[in-house]
Amino acid sequence: MTSEVMLTFYRRLYPFKSIFNWLNHEHAPTQLFTHREFAFTLQGDVYLRYNSFNTAEELKKQVCQLNPTRFEIGPVYSARPKDKKTVRPGKFTPLQRELVFDIDMTDYDPVRTCCSGADICRRCWAFISAAVQVLHAAIREQFGYEHLLWVYSGRRGIHLWISDKEAMELTDDQRRALVGWMTVVKGGNEASKKLNVRLNARSLPPALQAAVDRLRIIFPDLVLSDQNLFASTEGYEALLEQIPDPAVVSKLRQQWQNDPSRSSEDKWVNFKKEVSKYERGSAQRATLTAAMEDIILHYTYPRIDAEVSKHRNHLLKAPFCVHPKTGRVCVPVDPDRIEEFDPESVPTVSQLLRELDALGGKTEPSSETDWEKTSLKPYVDMLDKHALRLMEQVRLDKRGKGLCSGAL
Amino acid sequence: MFKGTERKPFNDEKDLVQVQPSTRIILRSDLLHSYDKPPLYDVTIEEFETCALDRLRILAEIESSAARNRSWEELKVVTNAQCLKYLPLHATSAKTVDRDSQRKKDHLGHFVLRLAFCRSEDLRRRFVKAETTLFKIRYDGDDNAERELFLSSRDFNWIPVDAAEKAKYRKELLAAYQGAKNESVREQAFEGEKYYKVKWTRVPDLVEKRKVFLKGGWAYVPGKELSSIVFQEFETLLVNALELTARSLPRLDEDTRIVPILDNLSQGFLAGVPSEWVGSGDSTNGEDIKAEMIDDLAKKHFPMCMRTMHDNLRRDHHLKHFGRLNYGLFLKAMEIFGRILFISLNLALSFNKEYKYNIRHSYGLEGKRANYAAKSCQQLLMSGPSEYGCPYRHYSPENLQSALLSTYSSQGLASSDLPEIMATVKGSHYHVACTRVFEMTHSSFGVKKGQGVGDGESVTHPNQYAAKSMELYKAQDNSEVMVVE
Repeated sequence: MTSEVMLTFYRRLYPFKSIFNWLNHEHAPTQLFTHREFAFTLQGDVYLRYNSFNTAEELKKQVCQLNPTRFEIGPVYSARPKDKKTVRPGKFTPLQRELVFDIDMTDYDPVRTCCSGADICRRCWAFISAAVQVLHAAIREQFGYEHLLWVYSGRRGIHLWISDKEAMELTDDQRRALVGWMTVVKGGNEASKKLNVRLNARSLPPALQAAVDRLRIIFPDLVLSDQNLFASTEGYEALLEQIPDPAVVSKLRQQWQNDPSRSSEDKWVNFKKEVSKYERGSAQRATLTAAMEDIILHYTYPRIDAEVSKHRNHLLKAPFCVHPKTGRVCVPVDPDRIEEFDPESVPTVSQLLRELDALGGKTEPSSETDWEKTSLKPYVDMLDKHALRLMEQVRLDKRGKGLCSGAL
Repeated sequence: MFKGTERKPFNDEKDLVQVQPSTRIILRSDLLHSYDKPPLYDVTIEEFETCALDRLRILAEIESSAARNRSWEELKVVTNAQCLKYLPLHATSAKTVDRDSQRKKDHLGHFVLRLAFCRSEDLRRRFVKAETTLFKIRYDGDDNAERELFLSSRDFNWIPVDAAEKAKYRKELLAAYQGAKNESVREQAFEGEKYYKVKWTRVPDLVEKRKVFLKGGWAYVPGKELSSIVFQEFETLLVNALELTARSLPRLDEDTRIVPILDNLSQGFLAGVPSEWVGSGDSTNGEDIKAEMIDDLAKKHFPMCMRTMHDNLRRDHHLKHFGRLNYGLFLKAMEIFGRILFISLNLALSFNKEYKYNIRHSYGLEGKRANYAAKSCQQLLMSGPSEYGCPYRHYSPENLQSALLSTYSSQGLASSDLPEIMATVKGSHYHVACTRVFEMTHSSFGVKKGQGVGDGESVTHPNQYAAKSMELYKAQDNSEVMVVE
């Protein structure tokens, strides 16, 4: 990505106004915007923290001047971040911040066969899609938050920004608790460990039961047919490790060793058959059914990067930035249509500029609306709609308060 | 409020720690009063300080327990022992003891410490953590009647879940209900359980462990987990109160008697509570110590700070002024000072005037003629980086590690122990590191991890370290003698 390309992108395409509305929750600038930290990553990995701006225009001016490779959004502080050096240290604390989640494909490396590391394809995106469905439903149903914005991270992951008033005001402790509630599969070295999520002898916590019921449908397509995870010896050994019944394990192992060509689907059927051999209601059957649910969770439950969500002052890349490696724009994603989303169809910055060039001299360049003429439009519209709902909510809350005080 | 012999400037500020009207309750007669109302009675300046100090000892112990990785059960035992020693607080049902004065002391100590610990974010955080832990330990130790009394005494703003709603979410509630292993016993307990609804943000600890059922932001909390709400409430109120106090604090600066006390108190977390070390008086210390034994003593019993000074003195036949003073006072408190320093120094070219002055100085015969007390850990920690301060604080990590090994490897300290010590040093828990070294080097006397210098206490004074060490050796000698006989 040359710096001229980035500069043109910021000048003519980046939807500063929409970002402002989304962060600010109102038309007139509030502290939600003016006391908000922006951090810029410049060419050569120079990192500028504690920038803040009064208006969307100011932000745009600075972005165009610095021409960063990307920029990140931080918390709302008790004072303007740019004044950080002049206020007393104790007076500069993070107050509010969207509750954010980051799901990254690298955490799925142990359970995907198609690619590894930074690569992502349509097939492994299905893991992300499953995670989005589970997380989206859980946040809304269990925590009651409504203003969720999902943003593609530009390469191999997805971000979630929750802007409900209560979510914005969560303390670090509360954030940590929420992450604890959501976390089932630990990333990193512990990724292969057996799950330990059951409270009582048998039953899953209700929240996870709901997740299992959702994932049970996705599991066969994703893990069995698409990824074919249990085809290799390594793959099925990992599966056997999670079955707590030694008799069943040795029987299955023998079966599978004798017939290496057996598909994952067949192996899963074998396993299910073994389970059903135990009588309904028997202890062994209950244990194995529970193990089966655990296995489904292990392979498909969202793997959250916990550190991102736990602290108010964690910075997260702003939507509509350009991923420096792929050139793709970090666009919002509709969670209801997540299954149709194809990361490779996301517009790249060079593609967008070509679209602008194609327009040629037909229209006057006007930075306010240039994105409307490109394939970026549906995505900006999505953010605008989201911001509009947020603003509407704030307006209603204010009016509610106004009525109350009026009555007094 | 705190009235001594004269009225103080902030006397007019009736409620220095203001509380919301809705949460205000009268100073309660039960055990778990939530410190809603500040003390509005007269106290002497001595009471002001001693109440706070005694409470601080307990809080400092709780704080260092966290650094020492004590389990909840261990922590409870240690804290209860300390409480009994410094801040006994008996249940409402106990009629025979002087409950009112106990309560007053508890109450006053809490509020004085609020003043001392409200001044920075870090102090506030640590204070809240320690106080909340103390509160939990007390709540844990109470009988059910006492708890009932407390729970019914204030409005916690929870919404009781009626039978219809409980029936509606029966499946989910039951699945989230923790109880006996036996399924039918658990179900039976569940049927009898009363549920309360609160915003989930009020019970983050239950949420983190998935111990509740969540629906639309509401947490359904079973009756037996209500304490979680109570703890959270306690913490939140205390955090808010401390912030308020911090804002009112500048008005207190005019009082010249209180501010130094508060300054001193607020350092309590750094090194525990300094005890003015007074030799136990039963002559276990001084009597049979001969000056020739000093090298052996230093090797066996001295904490690292004093050990270093002793070694330096031996090596260079010289210590700088404050080194001489600190080491001298330490030895003086061991009642062996004069003799030993003399021995140590007679290798020096001459017992010149300066050293003579030093000895006379520390006994209060020269200079301002004060009979100085031996320096506590806190004082040693506070002095700037130097050869005579606390090595755990002032040495660089590399130096400290090699110094530890060369000093203590003969007493059983292995290099595999170093990471643990260095981790506590990195967390600025210098006295915890010293305590661990004590435990490690005295493990052959049956000192276990977490036991510290007796009853789980941490090292707060070099003389305390040395005395305990000598006590242990002596106890073993005695028992050996008995075996021989």
